[in-house]
Amino acid sequence: MEIRRDVFQAIADPTRRAIILLLAVGAMTPNGIADHFQTSRQAVSKHIKVLTECDLLSQEQQGREIYYHLKADKMKEIEKWLDQFRELLAKRFDQLDQVLHQLKQSKK
Amino acid sequence: MKTALLFNFDVDKKNDTIHVERSFNAPIDLVWAAWTEAEILDQWWAPKPYQAVTKSMNFEVGGRWHYYMLGPEDDIHWCLFHYESIEKEKHFSGIDTFCDESANINNTKPRVKWKNEFSEEEDSTIGQYPASF
Repeated sequence: MEIRRDVFQAIADPTRRAIILLLAVGAMTPNGIADHFQTSRQAVSKHIKVLTECDLLSQEQQGREIYYHLKADKMKEIEKWLDQFRELLAKRFDQLDQVLHQLKQSKK
Repeated sequence: MKTALLFNFDVDKKNDTIHVERSFNAPIDLVWAAWTEAEILDQWWAPKPYQAVTKSMNFEVGGRWHYYMLGPEDDIHWCLFHYESIEKEKHFSGIDTFCDESANINNTKPRVKWKNEFSEEEDSTIGQYPASF
């Protein structure tokens, strides 16, 4: 099965959401990120890998250290999706209104 | 009398939750039936021009609703709703996921966790739907 990586995959996990919030404040090294979590460094680096595959992070080499930056524009996809989701629900509920109206009529 | 319908859609980014609230001009038993009976759900669940088609539905805790959305170009999108808790005419909750024809869940697509709460107010019913993903 093809593995789809996108922003929704990225935010599906609470640790990844926390990493996104950290990086929203500023670029960090893998160790700097891991210091914020109780879990192992391996676990954190796995999440960083997923976030990179989701194309949410960019890397910058500074001397011996790698810094991760958050690609904020990617997060806009979530805003777009929320708008679409709201539209979907509004439409769905309008349709439900009609169905309820018919049900009421047929009950009379 | 037709009262204005309430529709709230609030996003709680910190908890990745969307709070949806909507009122319906119908008694609670009808609204409950519309959310929990396959033949009624098929009439409104899919946004037109899509059409929802139920393959199987077992409305009980641990049960599931296996359905697809039929698109205007005959495209088919299979979905599965798992029921986690049910209290008649009060609330039910579960997880909505994408799957295939044999109900194998597709883990690469977003899943939505719903709690649907209903309450009656005079001659209308209010539905509250916190969704998290």
